[in-house]
Amino acid sequence: MSTSAVNEPTYKQAAPARARPVDALILLALMLLLWQAVGVWTSGIAVAPPLPTLAYLVNLLQTSLFWDNAAATLEAFLIAFAISAVAGLALGLIFGTRPFASDVAEPILSGFYTIPKVTLYPVVLLVFGLGISAKIAFGVMHGLVPVVLFTLGAVRSLPPVLVRTARVLRLSRRQTMLWVLLPACLPDIVGGLRISFSLSLLGVLIGEMFSSQRGLGFLLVSGIAQHNVLLSTSVITMIVIVAIVANMAMLHLSRRLTHRSK
Amino acid sequence: MTVSMSVTEPHVELKGVVRRFDGPPAVHAVGPIDLTLARGEFVSVVGPSGCGKSTLLDMLCGVARPTSGSVRFEGSDLNGEVPPGIGVVFQEDSSMPWLSVRQNVEFGLRTSGLPSAEIKERVEHAVSFMGLAQFIDHFPAQLSGGMRQRVCIARTLVLRPRLILLDEPFGALDQQTRLLMGDELLRLWRETGATILLITHALDEAAMLSDRVGVMSARPGRFIDFVETGWPRDRDSRVVSDPNFGALTARLWSSLREESLKTMGRAS
Repeated sequence: MSTSAVNEPTYKQAAPARARPVDALILLALMLLLWQAVGVWTSGIAVAPPLPTLAYLVNLLQTSLFWDNAAATLEAFLIAFAISAVAGLALGLIFGTRPFASDVAEPILSGFYTIPKVTLYPVVLLVFGLGISAKIAFGVMHGLVPVVLFTLGAVRSLPPVLVRTARVLRLSRRQTMLWVLLPACLPDIVGGLRISFSLSLLGVLIGEMFSSQRGLGFLLVSGIAQHNVLLSTSVITMIVIVAIVANMAMLHLSRRLTHRSK
Repeated sequence: MTVSMSVTEPHVELKGVVRRFDGPPAVHAVGPIDLTLARGEFVSVVGPSGCGKSTLLDMLCGVARPTSGSVRFEGSDLNGEVPPGIGVVFQEDSSMPWLSVRQNVEFGLRTSGLPSAEIKERVEHAVSFMGLAQFIDHFPAQLSGGMRQRVCIARTLVLRPRLILLDEPFGALDQQTRLLMGDELLRLWRETGATILLITHALDEAAMLSDRVGVMSARPGRFIDFVETGWPRDRDSRVVSDPNFGALTARLWSSLREESLKTMGRAS
């Protein structure tokens, strides 16, 4: 969870800008090839090959079945991610500015982070019941901790001289927070949000797969249950595409922030 | 500024200043110290490492309160608050990496409430005064260490401070850059008329820049010697070739040597 591990690759990847689109295309081709190979190998029982899937997906995208479920997932995910981001940021700032609190909180959070949270899902269900709240709660359980840990780490690694500078420039606590602390920590915070984004989505989807009548996770599992391989593969494909695009966008954002500040 | 500005009134006055840190282990860091800075004077403070130079600076700018004794700036006591009119430059790079040079320098004036035209003018003046005009839209990451330190000095200059405190501002720079930054500092001192207190571990820097050099003892830091340099006001780094320069640094060193040995002995 060290923040430097997140920042480091940015320097190296910045080198040959030209090679990038080609690399991406090669990667895409390899992934399609692998997909095709798995499809052939399992003779279409587990995974449908790319072309039929894409054809099916185009049709699926015109049905309300897909969009209703996508909307349900999106709603739960956005709420879970928003809670993770806001609460994570607040907790990270609170813990980060209080050395004792962060010494206590960090090992607890790191410990919680490593627990396979699926094992707690029955408890979540019992507490929140079937429906959107359980999905959101499970999304937050996944997404909250990385934001807290990244923010906390960023605040703690803030150069003390910047805080002293704020003091001698006679800034109030609030101004110090908004003008010094927050911008200084922003690259790391965005890094935490990026991880939280994937994990909140993961949490919501897992929740839907286990116990829900709506959402893409539900659609995926029902595809598998009905042995509709094309449906399940299509849903997976959509989720993968959305996740990759979102991840790239946030990576781009955090890279821009880091480039400017380092 | 309406306080009586008679020539005899000291700009900064420390009386019986002591700073102790509560344990464990309790540390008697500084004092008792008596120090008076005349308006427009350039004073350096040298001392063995760990003698409380930075603690002294913290008390001078009001960031820290003395355990006992008083710190007066322009006739009023400092009470753990940084008063307006004091600018501080630290040893570490304190430029804000997410702001451009212009924004960094503006940062000093964010709470000033000055009209934006005035801010713009002050910022551009300070930036070109520090020789950064062509880098005004650069970010700190694109600048060398010396240039970043100049950004920090410019950020202090826009405040038009009457007292500038510098805590080993050139400590992290190479020798040539340090000499040239010393020249910049002297030019700045002459043009602003500010009182300057420079904390440094470099005896040559202290001897070259100051009107007066205070030598501190090992912890608890006290002044054991004050040396007048006698340089003219329009001096620059070429005073290092003056015959008196060697004598000055030699005197500083002889005052400091025993104290430094004490620190070493304590450390080993």
